[in-house]
Amino acid sequence: MTVHQNITDETRPAYNYAYLDEQTKRMIRRALLKAVAIPGYQVPFGSREMPLARGWGTGGIQVTAAIIGPDDTLKVIDQGADDTTNAVSIRRFFERTADARTTEATHEATIIQTRHRIPEAPLKAGQIMVYQVPQPEPLRKLEPHETETRKMHAWAEYGLMQVKLYENIARFGEVTTTYDYPVMVNGRYVMAPSPIPKFDNPKMQMSPALQLFGAGREKRIYAVPPHTSVRSLDFDDHPFRIQSWEQPCALCGAADSYLDEVVIDDQGGRMFVCSDSHHCETRRADGHRGAMLADASALHLVEDEAKP
Amino acid sequence: MAPNDTLIAAGFADPVFQSQGAFRALLAALSEPGLACDLGDAIVPPAGLEAATAVALLTLADYETPIWLPAALRDGPAGAWLRFHCGTALVDDPARAAFVMIDGAAPEPRLAAFNAGDDQFPDRSTTVLIQCAGFEGGEAVTLEGPGIAGQRSIAPIGLRPGFWAEVEDNAAVYPLGVDLLLVHGAQVLGLPRSTQIVGTR
Repeated sequence: MTVHQNITDETRPAYNYAYLDEQTKRMIRRALLKAVAIPGYQVPFGSREMPLARGWGTGGIQVTAAIIGPDDTLKVIDQGADDTTNAVSIRRFFERTADARTTEATHEATIIQTRHRIPEAPLKAGQIMVYQVPQPEPLRKLEPHETETRKMHAWAEYGLMQVKLYENIARFGEVTTTYDYPVMVNGRYVMAPSPIPKFDNPKMQMSPALQLFGAGREKRIYAVPPHTSVRSLDFDDHPFRIQSWEQPCALCGAADSYLDEVVIDDQGGRMFVCSDSHHCETRRADGHRGAMLADASALHLVEDEAKP
Repeated sequence: MAPNDTLIAAGFADPVFQSQGAFRALLAALSEPGLACDLGDAIVPPAGLEAATAVALLTLADYETPIWLPAALRDGPAGAWLRFHCGTALVDDPARAAFVMIDGAAPEPRLAAFNAGDDQFPDRSTTVLIQCAGFEGGEAVTLEGPGIAGQRSIAPIGLRPGFWAEVEDNAAVYPLGVDLLLVHGAQVLGLPRSTQIVGTR
């Protein structure tokens, strides 16, 4: 379609809706449909140059650009937070190029583009998670050749991955992988869940939301449809375990969310706070108070909703 | 050929947003197999194509994706319409096509005639649009697999005898296989290769 416009000083560049041209969107959409039909299999696609560096979420952005429409509400998170650089700039990208309605509330979003977290609030049917993936190949650190890993997936030769996990246990007594923990999807393909903490792996199992993964630099798209088996690899005598913390979130008191460790002085002081910023804010607004909320509020680091 | 046969009907009036809406319906159809999804009635399809077939091909097909159609359609207005709007090649060999459209009641070609992909690139398989007489009133089959919470029952009508055995054979070669979209009117119902048929016979 030709875009007609008069060139004036105030005219912005005539991008197509959601930045990508229609032929590129069709190519990505075809890859997405095949990815959904073969859960966990990495579909090659013609990744485009985007107006930001590869490694900054170009895969996720291309997937979002191919699916987003006027009816969507977009949430973008970076390590769980809505207000960090990557999230802010990607959200603004879609506000500008796709006139997107955006939100920070997990339950309001129809599309959630994420870097390295799954929100704490349970996902719903009809929501779409879009993951930014730096390395889509779970076997890459074990086998550098694409020609070989492709055969390993083709023949479901995943012994090498089991050996790697076993060697971890033999040397350290437990599997030391804490993020990008490999999963088996629909009993067939071993998949990299992107560098989410293993804390989030159980949220992928039988999730009611559709999960799409885009790796821009590595030119791969893969997907997990709703209600699909996503099992973290483990052994009968060393079952998969998620991280746990000895203290709750210092701001909202949550004992069941993923916590970031924050160093607060040079005397060894530290606090643990929710990585999911919207979850933490929602809990504080509901009156939950952590041990250090009053201090943080006095320093104007966070708002204390309950304060008079 | 009558003069009117050479007239090519319009495609999308608003390609960007109509194809986006149609794609989301197709994505929903394949990610939740057995659920009928509406592709809308934005266009008047050429003779021989259901509205959803035409919308799906307009949304997904272009010069990179060869299409196979039954000969009567290929040489008629439907073929001309697809060539014009999608810029796509219409091929004679069903195994070479990225998208095919078949009549659910016709005995040929069988699902095994299409490209099932290869073990290293199972994504290079054919997507098969199957036009049927309706999504209710036929032989009931129960589905399970990715995208389905528990089980889901469907009963499309107007499919050839032995069709479900072919679908079972297709699912048996997972992760290879073709992906099916049953089409009726403006609606599609997805049956990706990952969907298993629970014993009907």
